[in-house]
Amino acid sequence: MSEPAVHDSIQKLIEENPVMLFMKGTPAFPQCGFSATVVAILDHLGVDYESTNVLEDQDIREGVKSFSNWPTIPQLYVKGEFLGGCDIAKEMFQSGELKTLLEEQGLVEA
Amino acid sequence: MAQELTGRAARIRDALTREFSPIELHVRDESHLHAGHAGAAPGGETHYAVVIRSPALEKLSRVGRHRAINAALAQEFETGLHALSIDAS
Repeated sequence: MSEPAVHDSIQKLIEENPVMLFMKGTPAFPQCGFSATVVAILDHLGVDYESTNVLEDQDIREGVKSFSNWPTIPQLYVKGEFLGGCDIAKEMFQSGELKTLLEEQGLVEA
Repeated sequence: MAQELTGRAARIRDALTREFSPIELHVRDESHLHAGHAGAAPGGETHYAVVIRSPALEKLSRVGRHRAINAALAQEFETGLHALSIDAS
């Protein structure tokens, strides 16, 4: 797939899914500690999310890096906005900002 | 710093020092923690953690800080740097 086509499909994923996680492995079986951390955070907050296993899709794996201007996986999107990777998700979880954001967006109950 | 940095760790330190003139900077090679996992290479030098404090980064958003640091290390990402844990302010 060409890069613009891959970017289109990524755009579609983040538009269709209010919380979208690009990760290595699956939520049930993460294949990287950083991805596992973000899964644990989202599960703990009790938010519904969609995920893509980039290890099963080389186009998405490379495409999401250029799409987000971010060189690493995992990558978390909320309501179409790039939130960050594992470090930022962790920081925002620990400070309570992530919960507040998800509440404000109506994605978890306040 | 307690330990003399070599190889990629030293290059990371030098690039970040050049770009951001940090008031505090720690670079740690954590490759051994990921040996055998995805992205780990036999020679190591794949997984790093940095703690950086710099006035140049302070004014940026969280994502902005990480992007600036990743951009300063673009060459390292192109040559096998697989994961970089960032604590920046």
